Amino acid sequence: MIALPTPRDAVQRRARLEQTWADPKGVWGFLTTVDHKRIAARYIVTVIALMFLAGMLALHMRLQLAFPDLKILGPQMYNESFSLHGSTMLFLVSVPVMEAMAIWLVPLMLGQRGMAYPRLAAFSYWLYLGGVTMLWIPHILGITPDLGWFEYPPLSGPGYSPGHRADIWAQMITFTEVAALAASVNIVATIIKLRPPGMTLARMPLFLWAMLVASLMTIFALPAVMLVTSMLISDRLVSTHFFAPAGGGDVLLFQHLFWFFGHPEVYIIFVPAVGFVTAIIETFSRRTIFGHTALVLSVLSIGVLAFGLWVHHMFAVGLPRLGNAFYTAASMAIALPAGLQIFCWIATLWSGRPRFATPLLWVVGFILTFVIGGLSGIMTASAPLDLQLTDTYFIVAHFHYVLVGGAMFPLIGALCYWYPKATGRMMSERWGIIAFALIFGGFNLGFFPMHILGLEGMPRRIYTYSPGMGWGPLNLIATIGSATSIVGGLVLVANAWISRKHGTPAGANPWGGSTLEWWASSPPPTYNYEYTPVVESIAPLWTAKDGLPVMTGAGVERREVVVTSAIDAVPLYRQKGASPSIWPLVAGIAVTAMFVGSIFTPWAVVWGVVPIGAALTGWFWPQRPRARTGPLARRAV
Amino acid sequence: MTPEPPPRLVGDLAYLPDHADGARHVVWWGNLGFMLIEGTGFLLAIGAYLYLQSQSPAWPPGGDALPGLTWSGFFTGGLLLSVIPNIWVLRQARQKREGRVRIGVLAMTLIGLALAVVRWFELQHLGVRWDHDAYGSVVWLLMVLHTSHIVTDLGDTAVQAAWLYTHEVGADQFSDVEDNANYWSFVVLAWLPIYGLIYWLPRLA
Repeated sequence: MIALPTPRDAVQRRARLEQTWADPKGVWGFLTTVDHKRIAARYIVTVIALMFLAGMLALHMRLQLAFPDLKILGPQMYNESFSLHGSTMLFLVSVPVMEAMAIWLVPLMLGQRGMAYPRLAAFSYWLYLGGVTMLWIPHILGITPDLGWFEYPPLSGPGYSPGHRADIWAQMITFTEVAALAASVNIVATIIKLRPPGMTLARMPLFLWAMLVASLMTIFALPAVMLVTSMLISDRLVSTHFFAPAGGGDVLLFQHLFWFFGHPEVYIIFVPAVGFVTAIIETFSRRTIFGHTALVLSVLSIGVLAFGLWVHHMFAVGLPRLGNAFYTAASMAIALPAGLQIFCWIATLWSGRPRFATPLLWVVGFILTFVIGGLSGIMTASAPLDLQLTDTYFIVAHFHYVLVGGAMFPLIGALCYWYPKATGRMMSERWGIIAFALIFGGFNLGFFPMHILGLEGMPRRIYTYSPGMGWGPLNLIATIGSATSIVGGLVLVANAWISRKHGTPAGANPWGGSTLEWWASSPPPTYNYEYTPVVESIAPLWTAKDGLPVMTGAGVERREVVVTSAIDAVPLYRQKGASPSIWPLVAGIAVTAMFVGSIFTPWAVVWGVVPIGAALTGWFWPQRPRARTGPLARRAV
Repeated sequence: MTPEPPPRLVGDLAYLPDHADGARHVVWWGNLGFMLIEGTGFLLAIGAYLYLQSQSPAWPPGGDALPGLTWSGFFTGGLLLSVIPNIWVLRQARQKREGRVRIGVLAMTLIGLALAVVRWFELQHLGVRWDHDAYGSVVWLLMVLHTSHIVTDLGDTAVQAAWLYTHEVGADQFSDVEDNANYWSFVVLAWLPIYGLIYWLPRLA
């Protein structure tokens, strides 16, 4: 039996660990940190700021549509508003925030001290920030993309869109996709190689499965959108003819490649939400999840099926009928694993002892909303019906129900659930319930009428309508609903802000959770864990009644993470952890210079390689003694 | 909440090595991840080529010259031959032979440089410009994608050679050499379908 150190030694040990994992002080520490918690936190803060801006755009549009013939926004401003709203929410909020949650939670849930590639995580944030500024700084200067969140050619081609609005949109995507790919590789490697001893694949919580599958989907889906936007830029910049029919190109090629990414993207956003929901339901039902294996298989099958659906976004373009029939069937098939998940969650709640704290309220809100969105999805999966509904407000209602209901509600639930872990304080339950009521009620009031407006024929992306159409009352209700949910959003953020300092102290495991992150203190120290936990079940904190089994030996004097085998999580070696570094930021700036330059001249791609190469060399240059052998050995002094 | 019982110490990880080779090493998986990303990019670009071909009555479209076989033949032959020294370097890295690894990485730098020069001539003999028609655009898309991989790996190998000759080589650097050699194998493998597509499909079609 190995003994724990005496309390005095333990204090010294923790002080030494703190020193080993500390960031430099001040601004330099801010710029050089590779701490996954700090990186994820700045991702989340950036995302919340962008959600506020996108929400303001939405409110502006809803005000314009509240009554017929209003003149608050002109047609051009309206086009810019929905383009900026959609691009921000899809590219700068939904995908990055899911990755941020993974960057924050995955190492903690693995009982680890860091990510597999800490500097890559820092690099991914800086590039993401590049994407944010790429879209929003030109907006401040009055150059805003105005062709929606998918900019189809020929409208976005050189003939119809001179200037740089379309380039800005296309290159913003390149930024965010490189950032997302870097984050995804990091998350996959961390989950595969940094699981704690004993956490075999069979004992891996569903949250980690969800993040693994979502990251793998990112790896296979995002290259399509990078490729297609690069092709668009090259059509615009160096006169290629990919999408120019006169030169033998084809505009539908753009749509195929875009939706080959675009449809999996919906599930890249939804699958992490499955992880949040499962974690919350398990904790608040106070029992292990019902049908864990079925849930894992359903997440895996969604990951595969999501790549076979993209054509259902193109039913109206006139493809062969057999193709439409196939994609109708595939689109309906994906409802099966999604439905299975809903039944597993309901069964867990049913057979558990549910406690309806705020996070679980969000999950209930999610189930109700997502089921409605799923059912309208089954309707639009049918090609003949879709032909009637496409480009109407029915579609606007459908995708807000699945994206806001299916991903944002679980996300808010997750933020409420893990908030005490991140800050060490509880959020106010009373204000949490008020925020939930306002957002959930406002959302349904705002978006349900849009189904009816769509069935009545109101097209999406119109800036106004005449009184004779009869769409006024439902639009007014929609505007009131949207405004209500925005008030709820402000209540939610205010609650989080005030609770940071004034909330009740949380302790390590305020909700009685089963997974390892609840074993760390709240907030976790820089090194996360003093010891390496050993996992003996799928709910380690619930089964280790006589104390969690742990191992010592992971470095105290230097940064180390424990690397284990991919399937059985057998300890293999201790990997030296990366120290703080300015190079990810320098590399991010170098890549930014190339991406921005390439809007103006193709030579930026050539010359931009030099600073990027220099930055990467600095980043990866190993710090070791000079050679004592070989022709370039250091001469003896 | 009842307080958590204190943890039980059940083992010591201090006996573990601080390095591992091949797929046991965590960086190996990052390399694989980026190969998957880039491999997906290649496959989609190949898909775009086939799609545009399916939309065109003739391929190459009427009047376009077929791409030249000479320089592309030299390039492909050279690239395939480079697999031999590449595997040799990989084996030396696995056996942690410092001197041979230095020589091998330097040799691979020179081979990469020579292949880049041949690629330059190959690009002059594609028979079509990227702005001529969609066929030219997609041929150049595939060529630029692959050439960027040649250049990236050349840069990486050159930096690695410079570092290896000036520093004491540790276990992690042998793994870096191994990862770089694996990446070169990926660059070679990725070329084969592209070569068939660009140079032989239009001749067979």
